Amino acid sequence: MIRLENLTKHYGSFVAVDDVSLEVSRGVLYGFLGPNGAGKTTTLRMIAGILRPTDGRVLLGGDDVHRDPIAAKQRLGFIPDRPFVYDKLTGAEFLRFVAALYGQEGDTVDRRVAELLEVFELTSWKDELVEAYSHGMRQKLIISSALIHRPEYIVVDEPMVGLDPKAARLLKDIFRQFASRGGTVLMSTHTLEVAEAMCDRVAIIQHGKIVAEGTVDDLRRQHRAGDASLEELFLKLTGGAQVRELAEVLGHGADGAS
Amino acid sequence: MTQPSLWRVLEPKWRTALQRIREERLRGGSGKLLTLTVVGVAFWIGVFGAFYLILKYFRGVEDVGPLLAAKVLGVVLLAFVGILVLSNVITALSSFFLAKDLDLLVSAPVDWLRLYLAKLGETLLHSSWMVALMAVPILTAYGVIYRGGPLFAPFAVLTLFPMLVLPAVAGSALTLVLVNVFPARRTRDLLSIVALGAAGVVVLLFRLIRPERLASPEGFRNLLDWVAVLRTPTSPFLPSEWATKATMGFLQGANDPLPLVLLWTTAAGAVTLGALLHRQLYATGFTKAQEGAERFVRGGLWRRTVGTLLAFLPVAKREFVLKDIKLFFRDTTQWSQLILLAVLVVVYLFNIKMLPLHRGEPVGFFYVTLVSFLNLGLAGFVLAAIAARFIFPAVSLEGRHMWLLRSSPLDLKTLLWSKYWVGTVPLLTLALLLTGLTNVLLQVRPFMMVVGMLTIVALTFAIAALALGFGALYPQFETENAAQIPTSFGGLVYMMATIALLGAVLRALWTAVYAYVRAVYEGQPVVVDAWMISWFAVAAALCAAATALPLWVGLRRMERFEF
Repeated sequence: MIRLENLTKHYGSFVAVDDVSLEVSRGVLYGFLGPNGAGKTTTLRMIAGILRPTDGRVLLGGDDVHRDPIAAKQRLGFIPDRPFVYDKLTGAEFLRFVAALYGQEGDTVDRRVAELLEVFELTSWKDELVEAYSHGMRQKLIISSALIHRPEYIVVDEPMVGLDPKAARLLKDIFRQFASRGGTVLMSTHTLEVAEAMCDRVAIIQHGKIVAEGTVDDLRRQHRAGDASLEELFLKLTGGAQVRELAEVLGHGADGAS
Repeated sequence: MTQPSLWRVLEPKWRTALQRIREERLRGGSGKLLTLTVVGVAFWIGVFGAFYLILKYFRGVEDVGPLLAAKVLGVVLLAFVGILVLSNVITALSSFFLAKDLDLLVSAPVDWLRLYLAKLGETLLHSSWMVALMAVPILTAYGVIYRGGPLFAPFAVLTLFPMLVLPAVAGSALTLVLVNVFPARRTRDLLSIVALGAAGVVVLLFRLIRPERLASPEGFRNLLDWVAVLRTPTSPFLPSEWATKATMGFLQGANDPLPLVLLWTTAAGAVTLGALLHRQLYATGFTKAQEGAERFVRGGLWRRTVGTLLAFLPVAKREFVLKDIKLFFRDTTQWSQLILLAVLVVVYLFNIKMLPLHRGEPVGFFYVTLVSFLNLGLAGFVLAAIAARFIFPAVSLEGRHMWLLRSSPLDLKTLLWSKYWVGTVPLLTLALLLTGLTNVLLQVRPFMMVVGMLTIVALTFAIAALALGFGALYPQFETENAAQIPTSFGGLVYMMATIALLGAVLRALWTAVYAYVRAVYEGQPVVVDAWMISWFAVAAALCAAATALPLWVGLRRMERFEF
C-alpha cells in the first residue's frame, strides 16, 4: 500500500503541496490528476524519495520513505516525466546499472534486460549509446528500468508523453496486468481519457490540495455531474472558465489574423 | 518585414544572465561577489606588479629596453591570439550549432546576417572575456611605465577589440566548415582532440626550445645577433604583431596609423567574408548538426578488466565505478584533456631536469632538498588544479540523473565513496609519478624521498576529498559542460581552501625538514626525535581532517539536495 500522511511541501513561502493524505491499496491503478503547477510532480517526487517533505510522511508497504529509505525504495519503480539518462551508456548497460542499484546482477538480470528490451522493441538498439535514442525510445528505456527489479509499486509521472500509439497501448496493458497481479500503480497524467479508461480510482489536486478523490462514478455523484465525462468533471473542479477564456483569446487571434 | 534588433535576438541569453545575477543576490550572493572582487583585484594587482617591475627594468636598459618590452608584448598578445582561436572554435560550435535557443531563432523569421552577427557576438563574448580582463593589468603597466597618458586607455581598447574579433571570426568560420564535413557532435569530439593536441604540441615545443635563453645575451655569439633576434617580428602577418606595433608606436610617440588601419580593415573584411561563408554553409551545417552521433558500443572491455578487478565490491559500488569510468572515456571532451595533462607533466619534469642545482657540494645538497620540499607544494597545486577539473564536477554531473539515484535504494555514501575513489586512484598515480620522478631527477636522499612520498599521498587524499566536498557544497546542476564547472565560485573557494591546506602542511613539515637539513649540513647524525615527529603528526592530522571533514560535509549537503 502507498500511504501519504499530511504530506506538505513548501518552497520558501510558496506551498506546493498542502497537507495531502492519500491511500492507494494493493492491486489498484490510481490516477493523480491536476492542472499544471497543481503539485502533482512534487507529490510524486516526494513519494519516490527525491524531495524531502516539509511535513508529513510517505509509507511504502509500511516503510517510511524518508526514515527507512533503503527498504522503502527497494519496492519502488519510479518513472519521471523527463527522460534524463546517461548519454554515454548503451541501453543494455543502463538497465544493468539500474539493476545493480537494486543489488541485482548475474544471469537473471541479463535475461530480464533482454526480455524488457524485446518487449519495448529496443533489442536492435541495445548496444547503441543512449545519446542516439529518440525521446520516445528514452522514455521506453526508463520504463524498462523501473520494471527491471520487479517492484511492488510503480510511481509514474506522465507516462504517455513521447510514446508512439503502439508503445502507449503496451504500457497501458503492462500497468493493467501489473495491478491485476497485486502491484500498485500511482500515475499522474493529463490524458483524461486514459485515466478514465484505466484507473480504478483518481484524485484531483489543485493548488497543492486534494479537491476530489474516489472512483470516477463517486466523483460524478459527489459533484452531481450526471453522466459527465472525466474531462468535464475535471474542468468543473479545476476552473473550466479559463478554458473558455482561452478559446475566446484564440478566437480573437484568428479573427485578427484574418 | 522589419527585422528584430541584434539585442532582441540575443534577449534569451542576456535575460538568463540577468536572472542568474538576481538569483545569486537573493541567495545572499554579496559574500560571493565580495570574494570574487577581492580575488580578482588581487590577481590584477599581481599581474600588474609583475609587468611593472619587468618593464621598469627594461626602461632602464638603453636602446635594447624598448625592443625587449615590445618583444614581451608581442609574445603575450601572440599567446592571447592562440588561446582565442582555440577557445573560439570550441565556443562557436556551441553557440552556432548546439545552443538551446537555436531551434527558436532558426524557426523565427530572423535573417541570416542578424543570426550570424548575434551568434558571432555571443561567441566573441564567451571566449574573449577572460583574455580581455587579463589584458587590462598588462596594458596598464605598459601605459604607466611608458607614460601613455589618459588617451592610452581608449587607444588600447581600439587596438584590442579588432584583435579579439579576428580569432572569433576565424574560429566560427573553421567550425562552420568542419560541421559541414562532420556531424556537429562528432566535430566536437574531433575539435577537442585536435585543439588539445595542438595546444599540447605548442606548449611542448615552446618549452623544449628553452626561450629563457633569449633573456641571456651570453648564449649568443655576439650582441648584434641578439639584437637582431629581438628586432625580428614574431609573426608579421598576425594581428598580435599589428596590435604590438600600434601599442608600442603610441607609447613611443611614433604616429604610424598603419598597424591600427590593418587591424580594423582586416577585422571588417573578415567579418564580411565570415558572413558570406555563413550564408552559404550555415543552413546545411545546422541540419547536419541535428544528426546524432549514433555509435555502436560493445563495452565488454571495462567489465572484463576493471569489473573483474573490483569483483570483491558489492554490485552497486562496482557498477557505479564502472559507469563513471565508461562515461569518462566515452566522452572525448573529457579524456582528451589527458593529452594536455601528459604534456604538462613532461614539461614539469623537463623544468626540474634543467635546474642548475648540482654545481657543487654542500650547496647542491641544500638546494636539492629545498627544491624537493618546495616541489611538494607545486605538485600539490598541480594536483589541486587537476582535481578541480576532474573531481570537483563529479557531483554536479550527476544532477540530471539524481531522479534515478535518489529514487533507488542506493546509499548516498556509496555514491560518494565511488566518486572519491574513481577520482583519487588516478590522482594518486599521478602524484606518486610527479613526486617520485622529480626526486629521482633531483637525486634526493632517502629521508626526503620518504617524506616527499608520504606527504604527497596524504595531500592527494585530502585534495580529492576537498574537491568532492566543495563540488557537493557548490553544485552546478544546470551546467552541461563539465569544463565550465571548475570556473564557478565554488571552484574558486575550493582552490583557495586547497592552497591554504598546502601552505599549512608545508609550514608544519618545514620545521622537521629544516632540522634534517641542518644536521646533514653540519655533518651531524640525523635524529628523528619527538620534536620532529610532532611536526610530522601535525601535517598528518591536517591532511586527515582535510580528508574526513569535506567528505562528511559533502554527504550532509547531498542528503539535502532537492530536484
